[in-house]
Amino acid sequence: MRNGSMIQPRFRVVRESWCTSCGRCIRECSFGVHTRDSRTNALKADSSKCVDCQRCVVFCPADALYIEENPNRMHPSAMWGEDTRNEIYRQAETGGVLLSSMGSPSGSVPRYFPRLLINASQVTNPSIDPLREPMETLTFIGRGPESIERDRDGKLRDNLPPHLEMKVPVMFAAMSYGAVSLSVHKALAMAAEELGTYWNTGEGGLHRDLYKYGKNTIVQVASGRFGVHADYLMAGAAVEIKIGQGAKPGIGGHLTGAKIKGDIARTRMVPEGIDAISPAPHHDIYSIEDLRQLVSMIKEATDYTKPVIVKVAAVHNIAPIASGIARSGADIIAIDGFRGGTGAAPVRIRDSAGIPLELALAAVDQRLRDEHIRSRVSIIASGSIQSSSDAAKAIALGADAVSIGTAALCALGCHLCAACHTGRCAWGIATQDEELEKRLDPEKGAERLCNLIRAWKREIEEIMGGMGINSIEALRGNRLALRGAGLTQKELDVLGIRHAGE
Amino acid sequence: MRRYDAAAMRPADLRKEIKRCGESVLEIVNCCGERYLGCGMRHTSLHITGTPGNALGAFLDGGTIIVDGNAQDATGDTMNSGVIAINGSAGDAAGYAMRGGKLYIHGNAGYRAGVNMKAYGGVSPTLIIGGRSGSFLGEYLAGGTIIVLGIGCPEHSQLTGFFCGNGMYNGRIYLRTTEIPTGFSPHLLQRRISREEKESDLRPVLTEFAAMFGENVNELLSGDFILIEPDPENRYKEMYAAI
Repeated sequence: MRNGSMIQPRFRVVRESWCTSCGRCIRECSFGVHTRDSRTNALKADSSKCVDCQRCVVFCPADALYIEENPNRMHPSAMWGEDTRNEIYRQAETGGVLLSSMGSPSGSVPRYFPRLLINASQVTNPSIDPLREPMETLTFIGRGPESIERDRDGKLRDNLPPHLEMKVPVMFAAMSYGAVSLSVHKALAMAAEELGTYWNTGEGGLHRDLYKYGKNTIVQVASGRFGVHADYLMAGAAVEIKIGQGAKPGIGGHLTGAKIKGDIARTRMVPEGIDAISPAPHHDIYSIEDLRQLVSMIKEATDYTKPVIVKVAAVHNIAPIASGIARSGADIIAIDGFRGGTGAAPVRIRDSAGIPLELALAAVDQRLRDEHIRSRVSIIASGSIQSSSDAAKAIALGADAVSIGTAALCALGCHLCAACHTGRCAWGIATQDEELEKRLDPEKGAERLCNLIRAWKREIEEIMGGMGINSIEALRGNRLALRGAGLTQKELDVLGIRHAGE
Repeated sequence: MRRYDAAAMRPADLRKEIKRCGESVLEIVNCCGERYLGCGMRHTSLHITGTPGNALGAFLDGGTIIVDGNAQDATGDTMNSGVIAINGSAGDAAGYAMRGGKLYIHGNAGYRAGVNMKAYGGVSPTLIIGGRSGSFLGEYLAGGTIIVLGIGCPEHSQLTGFFCGNGMYNGRIYLRTTEIPTGFSPHLLQRRISREEKESDLRPVLTEFAAMFGENVNELLSGDFILIEPDPENRYKEMYAAI
């Protein structure tokens, strides 16, 4: 038994015969997999330490490395999967709550986006070529005006409450400084400014150097209230109250003291080296009335100049919850689905709690329409938006805009190895190690993010053009533009769409 | 000093006036449930007579609020600095997540007082409750000082409700009693403090509190205090096993 553990290494690092022994892999691996044998000078790999982050593979100048799953298999059982058994061994060895990161990898809960099909124009109304004709992706989110008001001369009075204006209906999801590195925050902020969209601080506060990106920043207020003070609230374009997160609905956050040092402690406004706990609920919010109070407090502290977002995880009664939020004075509801990412979450919660975004989104949009309060709030959808077509489908299901976290991190180099909680991210993303963080150049990162969103924007334009519509507004809540394939009648009913062929 | 009659104004106008006044001293009389007074305030001194509503001095970032009367819920929520003194009792969630400044309550506090308070960069918040507090006092305490004095309570009586200090991982809670709170968490330590500790750690803060409300500091320092702190040997991180 290796180190007294029954758990076999999950991956195996394989070195091809043409390896030049240059040692680049030793420098790149932050988990200490690769070493050089001092006697023979040959490179060795300790596969038990490998998290399959692909850093060494990508950077090997000779293309001489690959990582495979451990070919060893456990005694076959259709009932007891290998992961299940390994988890039991892990808990039997440690007595701990299983902790992992990123969105749920579980394949047993359906993803609906791939089963939603988009309409396209044929004969009866012409499709539009976005290269030739104007196509509007400008999106406004926030509370709609209660009524149309005119002055004495009959001119329209601008009574629109504060809102956000986005050149493309895609923003960057909340990821806190501490969970991700400052380089990630810089890259997101620069990209948001360049693209005319927004990035979100997450709950760890806003680094002093990034206040200059305020007009493209959404500042978050979570239960730990880290880094929340009057200047912070005023610094952003909007304030988000984080109630829940799709990866861990009902669960708080826990940043260990080891990660809280230097600028992170300063930005979170907590002492160095001491754990930072976000309680599961806000202990000043035990009801919709209390939520209304926090919304009002924030509006009062920001002179009613910022829209307030309330972010919740997609859970069973999401429609009435959203109705309550819409009535709390919030301007925007952010719904984070089952597959949303995280820097650390208990595995059982991540893989079992909450519901898929698609169902939640459709249910909320329908409920708010039924209650005639849909125009009071905008909806931001998140939780594994993987492509421009996912974004377009989410908008057709009722979202005003989407936000992307994992996809943005992938653009920055994330390979989804789910080792965020170790703090040793080899790509400089989920780490506070100074040397590792340097691996992510914020400017290059911002450029990659801009490329990604620009490509998505073009694709969204193509999708809309193909349908024969020329603005996001015409796509929003346009469920006639969607058909389901291989879905049950119940699923179709909740999604509010018809089956393909109907 | 400018004087405003809360009964004769719309609450929104009252709040605007407070914001407009900048570095001055305001007196507000006939207060009756007006919410969000002094929210995010930095420089002003407010003297309120009556009962201000919820979220008095939330996000307070300086200045002083003195209330002759009771306060309702979420007083001093997420306050950063400044002083709030309530010459009466306060409702639930007083001083939630406060990071600096002082919140003095002469009477009792409701549930969830001082939850998630934290100290930072040499600044440390202080919450003093003259009477008793409800349940959940100082849960998730991450720094700062909470003192419950039990003025007017029989000696050796319970000064808080259930779950005092649950989940706390930094900071200090002092209770002027020898009674350990009901359902005391195994993650916490408690001990009776010495006379020297009372003099060095409590006298300075209690002197100001006593002066504010006309109490005698020597009387407040009489009797036994217990100090509640997190147990460094019994932290929460050992709960997790990474996969």
